Amino acid sequence: MYSVTADNLEISYGTVKALRGVSFQVSRGEMFGLIGPDGAGKTSLFRILTTLLLADAGSATVDGFDVVKDYKEIRGRVGYMPGKFSLYQDLSVEENLEFFATLFNTTIKENYHLIKDIYRHIEPFKTRKAGALSGGMKQKLALSCALIHKPSVLFLDEPTTGVDPVSRKEFWEMLKRLKQQNITIIVSTPYMDEAIICDRIALINEGKFMQIETPQNIISAFGKKLFAVTGDNMSRLLNDVREMDIVSSAFAFGDEHHVTLRNPMLDHTDIEAGLLEKGCSNIFVKEINAGIEDCYMALSQ
Amino acid sequence: MMNEVEQDRQQVIKVEHLTKRFGHFTAVDNISFEVYKGEIFGFLGANGAGKTTAMKMLCGLSKPTSGKGSVAGYNIEKESESVKANIGYMSQKFSLYEDLKVWENFRLFGGIYGVNDKEIGPRTDEMLAQLGFEKEKNSLVSSLPLGWKQKLAFSVAIFHEPKIVFLDEPTGGVDPVTRRQFWELIYKASDRGITVFVTTHYMDEAEYCNRVSIMVDGRIDALDSPRNLKSIYNAANMNEVFIHLAGGSNRKAD
Repeated sequence: MYSVTADNLEISYGTVKALRGVSFQVSRGEMFGLIGPDGAGKTSLFRILTTLLLADAGSATVDGFDVVKDYKEIRGRVGYMPGKFSLYQDLSVEENLEFFATLFNTTIKENYHLIKDIYRHIEPFKTRKAGALSGGMKQKLALSCALIHKPSVLFLDEPTTGVDPVSRKEFWEMLKRLKQQNITIIVSTPYMDEAIICDRIALINEGKFMQIETPQNIISAFGKKLFAVTGDNMSRLLNDVREMDIVSSAFAFGDEHHVTLRNPMLDHTDIEAGLLEKGCSNIFVKEINAGIEDCYMALSQ
Repeated sequence: MMNEVEQDRQQVIKVEHLTKRFGHFTAVDNISFEVYKGEIFGFLGANGAGKTTAMKMLCGLSKPTSGKGSVAGYNIEKESESVKANIGYMSQKFSLYEDLKVWENFRLFGGIYGVNDKEIGPRTDEMLAQLGFEKEKNSLVSSLPLGWKQKLAFSVAIFHEPKIVFLDEPTGGVDPVTRRQFWELIYKASDRGITVFVTTHYMDEAEYCNRVSIMVDGRIDALDSPRNLKSIYNAANMNEVFIHLAGGSNRKAD
């Protein structure tokens, strides 16, 4: 039995179609990533699966229960961390956790083992009001609250937005441990280094899944030679690269530019020659393997 | 005539021993640095390291406990109103009025910052044309996708041609395509001589800055070009530099 299924889900807000027939299945204990721009329909999908929103068409199940008919059953079985911080800001850390435990007829003590690794980071500050916590701490508390009733499926809508790189790394270490306990995780993220940790990812755009694949398969399907280009004045260099007729795409990637060419027969020497002709200096071009972000950029064109 | 190099090194932010305490807690601990005209300066740090408190002081919204600073040539403590008039500010949390139309936001912010009435209309059209947003002039901001809002918010923040624009996590939650479009706007502003002071949690964006500082527990523990920082800390990328420096923070709660 699949942990989560969706069959042709559709929803519109007025004239805007937020989901245009989305179907997928997620297995028990799988970590499933949703990747796409704002407005792609990710949050609508989360809200339908957590029974907070009714789809216009299609059906979905969570833990084998129908999201419309059996919504009460589902609500007791899922944990949901919305994109917007939704805990009580004027309750303390501990009060928030107690509140959610009580709502689900359990106690902090009963499921402490589940949240221990996460909660111990914030436990020293349990009397502090939730509103006074930093971004990383708020997310750890929100995750603790979403877990306290031992859900079988966890829905995380951009849990690490606004979180610094150190806390982000810690947060994903925690998710990996939860996965080992066979909790199914559906997570959306704008960070491609997080997407690659998922078992499978769905690239979603304008309410449709463009692809559902393992990160490795998405990367190996890139299908073009990719080059990393560096040189003096990177901002000008990007414009110069884009002006070259042989170039198909060029994007800034940290301290280098990633470039693809129209003709598969050409290689790095052709890029170098073109840039030297334009008067660029200290040019260095090498062929590299594509990463998941290169694939995202290519699919979004 | 001032030569190009000298002009490039014109200081637009200068901070000396800036400190802010709340009771016994030192949020910003004796920081000193300069930012130069047209520079893209990345202001990095873990959540709670003191970035927001420091930025509030630089924007004239909060008084330092000790130390001093000048922004756009004005003293941040004694001339905070002049500081405010000469900077632009944009954050991910608040950017535009959702229930106003696109042009109304330009009209409002232009008016607040004292842009001449006759100039506001044409300048609005010009900026919308540059963004390719002419068709959305009469749309309510609430109806636009986040990526568009962020680009508009940036244009509103530099509408009055400030010397410096402060961007507080402008690309939080934005997908890789839109983030790159946003950074192209930053480059254009910087090419026009506007200094960009930006915070981000995306370490690939840190690489796009001319220089970055990394705050840890209220202090600036590193300040250099991304290239030099990577070489100093023997790191492959800025993410490794950041984790090396901020991973040892004592200020876990804030």
